[in-house]
Amino acid sequence: MSVLDSKIPAGPLEKKWEKHKFESKLINPANKRKYEVIIVGSGLAGASAAASLAELGFKVKCFCYQDSPRRAHSIAAQGGINAAKNYQNDGDSVFRLFYDTIKGGDFRAREANVYRLAEISANIIDQCVAQGVPFAREYGGLLANRSFGGAQVSRTFYARGQTGQQLLLGAYSSLNRQIALGNVEMFPRTEMLDLVIVDGHAKGIVTRDMVTGAVQTYAADCVVLASGGYGNVFYLSTNAKGCNVTATYRAHKKGAFFANPCYTQIHPTCIPVSGDYQSKLTLMSESLRNDGRVWAPKNKGEKRPPQQIPEAERDYFLERKYPSFGNLAPRDISSRSAKQVCDEGRGVGESGLGVYLDFEESIKRLGENTVRERYGNLFEIYEQITGDDAYKTPMRIFPAVHYTMGGLWVDYDLMSNVPGLFVLGEANFSDHGANRLGASALMQGLADGYFVIPSTIGNYLTHQLGKRPSVDHPEFKKAEADVRARTSRLLGIKGRRTVDSFHRELGLLMWDLCGMARSEKSLQRALSRIPSLREEFWQNVNVTGGNEELNQSLEKAGRVADFLEFGELMCLDALERKESCGGHFREEFQTPDGEALRNDQEFAHVAAWEYTGPNSKPVRHTEDLQFENVHLATRSYK
Amino acid sequence: MNFLARFYGSSIGKKWIVALTGLVLVGYVIGHLIGNLQIFAGPDKINAYAAFLHSIPGPLWVVRAFLILCFVLHIVTTIKLAVANRAARAQRYAYSASTELKPAKKTMLLGGLVVLSFVIFHLAHFTARVTDERFHHLPKGEYDVHSMVILGFQNPLVAGFYILAIFFLSMHLSHGFQSVLQTLGVQSEKVRRPVTIGGQALAWLIFVGYVAVPVAVLTRQLQVIP
Amino acid sequence: MNLKLKVWRQKNAQSEGKIVDYEAQNIPADASFLEMLDILNEQLQAKGEEPVVFDHDCREGICGACSLTINGIAHGPSATTTCQLYMRHFKDGQTIFIEPFRARAFPVVRDLMVNRSALDRIQRAGGFITARVGSAQDANSILVPKKDADRAMEAAACIQCGACVASCPNASAMLFVGAKVTHFASLPQGQPERQQRVLQMVRKMDEEGFGNCSNHYECEAVCPANIPISVIGQLNRDYPAALVKDSVV
Repeated sequence: MSVLDSKIPAGPLEKKWEKHKFESKLINPANKRKYEVIIVGSGLAGASAAASLAELGFKVKCFCYQDSPRRAHSIAAQGGINAAKNYQNDGDSVFRLFYDTIKGGDFRAREANVYRLAEISANIIDQCVAQGVPFAREYGGLLANRSFGGAQVSRTFYARGQTGQQLLLGAYSSLNRQIALGNVEMFPRTEMLDLVIVDGHAKGIVTRDMVTGAVQTYAADCVVLASGGYGNVFYLSTNAKGCNVTATYRAHKKGAFFANPCYTQIHPTCIPVSGDYQSKLTLMSESLRNDGRVWAPKNKGEKRPPQQIPEAERDYFLERKYPSFGNLAPRDISSRSAKQVCDEGRGVGESGLGVYLDFEESIKRLGENTVRERYGNLFEIYEQITGDDAYKTPMRIFPAVHYTMGGLWVDYDLMSNVPGLFVLGEANFSDHGANRLGASALMQGLADGYFVIPSTIGNYLTHQLGKRPSVDHPEFKKAEADVRARTSRLLGIKGRRTVDSFHRELGLLMWDLCGMARSEKSLQRALSRIPSLREEFWQNVNVTGGNEELNQSLEKAGRVADFLEFGELMCLDALERKESCGGHFREEFQTPDGEALRNDQEFAHVAAWEYTGPNSKPVRHTEDLQFENVHLATRSYK
Repeated sequence: MNFLARFYGSSIGKKWIVALTGLVLVGYVIGHLIGNLQIFAGPDKINAYAAFLHSIPGPLWVVRAFLILCFVLHIVTTIKLAVANRAARAQRYAYSASTELKPAKKTMLLGGLVVLSFVIFHLAHFTARVTDERFHHLPKGEYDVHSMVILGFQNPLVAGFYILAIFFLSMHLSHGFQSVLQTLGVQSEKVRRPVTIGGQALAWLIFVGYVAVPVAVLTRQLQVIP
Repeated sequence: MNLKLKVWRQKNAQSEGKIVDYEAQNIPADASFLEMLDILNEQLQAKGEEPVVFDHDCREGICGACSLTINGIAHGPSATTTCQLYMRHFKDGQTIFIEPFRARAFPVVRDLMVNRSALDRIQRAGGFITARVGSAQDANSILVPKKDADRAMEAAACIQCGACVASCPNASAMLFVGAKVTHFASLPQGQPERQQRVLQMVRKMDEEGFGNCSNHYECEAVCPANIPISVIGQLNRDYPAALVKDSVV
């Protein structure tokens, strides 16, 4: 029997959530205000959870490292949010969204969680519209939809190319209302540096005030992490510069299992890297693939500008390989295809790491104005960054790290194996399996925050009344002392290399050895190199300044130190998962035509890692995935 | 009273007051101009107009009081706003630049003050007649505005100050028209360009109209008719 | 390219700041402005000096964190966010002044980083629609004419960077507040709280010490989200109407 109990309710798939909600413990309104909840992160999941829990009557403290909760990186999501509304009457349904998501995730997600997500999706749109999210509309005043990768129905709701910003502003405005009412206390520019466990339960956190450097402890009845993903382990990614693994990784070191860290999503349509000074990668929304055609020259080493390459010498490789989904093939598949083309020497641009995304045909078909209306802001961003006008010459795109499906392990209630520690949004592992479909991250973040956690938190809290420890408890003192010691140690090294140089080196190493394609050989190399890099970091990093001041170098150092440990865990997970699935592509496991080859016999499970100490190998636990409602098929988009 | 206190206490309320009083003053400027231009129709017409105004002292003083009130409110409120605006940028930029600032916008306050000093002189000059002894012995009696204006502008200093002040007034108005509509919230994206251009055109039309009189006097197109 | 930088350095909110000269060398034209500062900071740290502090996060023009006044213009010469400004807009050897967003309501935190929480507080005063989770009706039961939805979207695009305040000669926040008010006022969902919203937000805006709009439109010229000044018109219209309704009717 696995140590991981997912607590999936019994009964038919479509009744599970309803039944579970009914069976979940309620807390009477008078008692709710006696509970305090800490929420770390203020993105879609964190802000929606804080607002909803506060609305229910809980006392909430919400922490974020940004200067305002509205800047959390959910804001950068461009394309849209999926919902099984079937407003287009094109055959969509809860079951179809469920099926698409399970299949898109390469059959490595829990059926019950994904079904619940699909069920809730429709309520999310209702909630957001009620808050005033300005979704795109048709002339008749009805909501408009577009299609997205991995789906053959139009179920994606969008607000220009900034759906994430609009949804986050919706959640943020609800959060603001609760702050004004005194139900939420907001702590901006405050970073969580450790989790406090008292008698086996998560009861508080240690934070650092990023302006004054003050290290403080906060106690609560439970802790909710909504701190996002770990894509910045690669240094270059589409994540914001501040995104980090620290909150989840420190929780992991305090006992929370980290599930499927090797599942990382490489987004196919990003602007290619232009030099080694580059600090981040910019995504071009997947929605561009609705009207843009992806191609590469048929000939190796093609030097002509794209306009001069005749039609016969172009290879529209996605349309060729996946005729039924074409340019809308899922992200992992599209990314890998682009990589293959570049590996063959057919890549474009100076570095040879890029393929074309061409709008010539759409402009002919729809007119430049329609294209401008749909994607104008994306074309502008592209021009600002590259200096090229995509109305005249095709965009150059290349895959980039974008999202991480892995995260802390949680049960059906979104509680980790540590009682009292809940994990929401990208920070958990629950809904996307090995690959996330476009427009599903926003859906998951809001589902977790608005609808799941308010219903499930009571199952834990109901037994906790009056058990909140004081911050004078020895465990709090110890955790605080540990944080101070670690900070002093970082500041005391005064070596010769900057924090960024370590981060960059780690990122490059991860991208080369644990990126779009991995092999036993590459992973073994990574596993031998990361510890020595980490050792060098702790001997030779130069963290300038002191603790009692605003110190961006210190902030980064703490995060990079965690990435240097986490990267190893990621490679270990990738090594042990001896199959290819979704975002995890092992070169040894592929079909003759280069598609991912799953091993359902041995690996239809979640791998959750238990931390066992600084120099000890973590333990791999597994949770078997049961597929009772979908047939485990080879994923085909042909 | 609660309404007025809250309104005047708010930033937007003060802006409204400046805009509304500005609108009244623009109306007055245009009315005054129409009166002025009668000078080209000969002494009888304009002198009759002056006599008519003085024949209804009640209404005249009501209008004058209202105008003075608007004038004072316009200035006092603007100064209040300007003081708050200075305070809102406690520390200045070491390198200051702007993308949009046109002379008209930059000189709203300065130009306004030039106009204010002119108005004081102008009232003393033509209305109270304390600056020029000759205005008490006009050829056609007390209401011989025609002769008074011509005598007044024959002095190049007076005419020069007048033209300068009208220039600043027009600058003020060229931004002011459009600004009033924006502050009163009646400007939309669609009418913005026409309103801006129309406002500037009107301002410079007013300039031409006012300046026509001293120019005509200095070039001897207008002379005192004994 | 090589550049002469004049950068505002200030230890913390209490201390005095000053302009310090730096040379930024070998800057690629394809680097972003913030990447240029990254390079400078790497060079400073190599010399054991403390890096220049500035706010930044997403580096793709949407989070609104970056906030530099470059040669006197908020976000610099290209009407984008600072992170989307590329060095190809500058000339080799050019002198560049880099200062924080200046306003009494935006106190400097350190160097080029300022505290813009006044903008959060304005929204807390009423910049929301009260919509309880779980009680929303079907999304398509609220019809919104496309024109209104587009107007709401145009205003909602505001990224809360504060460039409008930084560029305004009066440090006024009316473009920001106007955008928030217009977003909700354009939608049927925003009507029930429309009056209270504008009254409370304007009151908070005044309390926070922002200046007053005098229709210079510098804000519109630098706004990276292209918010038009017609949102200030909307604010100017809605406020007196709400005040009349609240205190007279």
